[in-house]
Amino acid sequence: MIHLNNIQKSFGDRLVLDDIDTCFEKGKTNLIIGQSGSGKTVLMKCCIGLIDPDAGEIVYDNRQFSNQSDRRKQDIRKEMGVLFQGGALFDSFTVEQNIMFPLNMFTSMSLEEKLDRVNFCLQRVNLVNVNKLFPSEISGGMMKRVAIARAISNNPRYLFCDEPNSGLDPKTAELIDALISEITEEYDITTVVNTHDMNSVLQIGQKITFLYNGKLWWEGDKNTILDTDNPELRDFVFSTELTRRIKR
Amino acid sequence: MLKLLGEYLILMFSVFKRPDKGPVFRRQLMIEFIGLGVDSFGIVAIISVFTGAIVAIQTAYNIDSPLIPLSMVGFTTRQMVILEFSPTIISLILAGKVGSRIASEIGTMRVTEQIDALRVMGVNPANYLILPKITASMLFNPVLITFSIFLGIFGGWGACVITNLVTSTDFVEGLRGWFEPFTVTYAMIKTVVFAFIISSVSGFLGYSVQGGSIEVGRASTKAVVYSSILIIFFDLILTQLLLI
Ligand SMILES: Nc1ncnc2c1ncn2[C@@H]1O[C@H](COP(=O)(O)OP(=O)(O)O)[C@@H](O)[C@H]1O
Ligand SMILES: [Mg+2]
Repeated sequence: MIHLNNIQKSFGDRLVLDDIDTCFEKGKTNLIIGQSGSGKTVLMKCCIGLIDPDAGEIVYDNRQFSNQSDRRKQDIRKEMGVLFQGGALFDSFTVEQNIMFPLNMFTSMSLEEKLDRVNFCLQRVNLVNVNKLFPSEISGGMMKRVAIARAISNNPRYLFCDEPNSGLDPKTAELIDALISEITEEYDITTVVNTHDMNSVLQIGQKITFLYNGKLWWEGDKNTILDTDNPELRDFVFSTELTRRIKR
Repeated sequence: MLKLLGEYLILMFSVFKRPDKGPVFRRQLMIEFIGLGVDSFGIVAIISVFTGAIVAIQTAYNIDSPLIPLSMVGFTTRQMVILEFSPTIISLILAGKVGSRIASEIGTMRVTEQIDALRVMGVNPANYLILPKITASMLFNPVLITFSIFLGIFGGWGACVITNLVTSTDFVEGLRGWFEPFTVTYAMIKTVVFAFIISSVSGFLGYSVQGGSIEVGRASTKAVVYSSILIIFFDLILTQLLLI
């Protein structure tokens, strides 16, 4: 369970996050949705400590995370897995070395244990025989899966995914979504996913937080989102032809 | 400008920390020795032989008084190569080759969020990415410059012998005369300072990229321009300090 208490962030005089107060629940896929530029990435980066909020606090299972020294943050970071928007795989490392990286940094496992763990994670994301390939040698969908494997390699308690299926074809996107929600339930972790894709929203949205211009505009889940009468959210939900047809 | 300098100093402050994992640092260092050092031997060799040859021919051409012995060509070539051509010209070439490489590599890692990924995995990215590059450059550039000095002198000798401007005996006689070991120390000090400039400035410019591929390209151009200007500037300062 992650609590965000009154998070605020501006860049210059532009208020990007305005008093965000919410929580992300354990064992669920918590979605942050909203238009491009609504502040999803900034909010997620606040959660993982890449951006310091101007005000407010972030608490991981009763452990204060914001405004702590790097050393303190480190203890909680060991328990985080992050899937960045573009995958952010290290170009100069093979798939295997990428997945092993968090293990090198955070554990004192032997090489054999680490290799076992790498293979386990690769199997978990349904990839085989890619250990020695470089990121430039695999497809976009595979990169995302390797990035997920890297994110889960150190058995995280918290998983963050920034637009996990952007740039993927609908079929692959659905597979990635399914994978994320399976992993969440299987290991009972707190997962936070940024997305603007209505398909993902309806597929995996167990808890949904809708951001509008940096404000928390609406909260609910995939069952209530279609019946909302919040005008901005309706605008967002029914912005594609597909969803408009569902409405009719 | 002052803001830039401040940001540079802050970054250097986090670069120069003890690496968390010794073996990881050593592995990165080996990679950089190859990427920044060994891979530059080719271009250094070509440039050195040719500049050495040019210096020798120009000197020989300029000596037309019978009072000046032809062995001066060997002497002048040696002095010029050690004092200026190898340390400065080769460092400028390396600013182009190595500086743009460092800036674009780190800049790309920035825009593709690899640097963010490093941070959430508990790594100090500035230290992890830039320190091995600075260390590798400062340790390896003296090797490159020494290599360049020998090749430069060899190029000068070759040019004289081939064109028959100066005999091998005369050239070697000049080469061996009035040798001041401090000139080599001076060359090495310059080399190490220039290596630090190239790697730290380019690392900084790559690290502070914001945006996309266009900004990466811009950072890599800036890396070359800024390091070159700083090299020339510090060349003047060091020369004043050390030689006079
Ligand atoms: N480092 C930054 N400096 C200035 N403005 C930023 C920065 N990062 C994000 N922003 C601004 O914050 C707003 C929200 O961005 P972001 O969170 O990336 O949106 P999205 O919901 O698409 O992920 C955007 O208007 C963006 O321009
Ligand atoms: Mg975003």
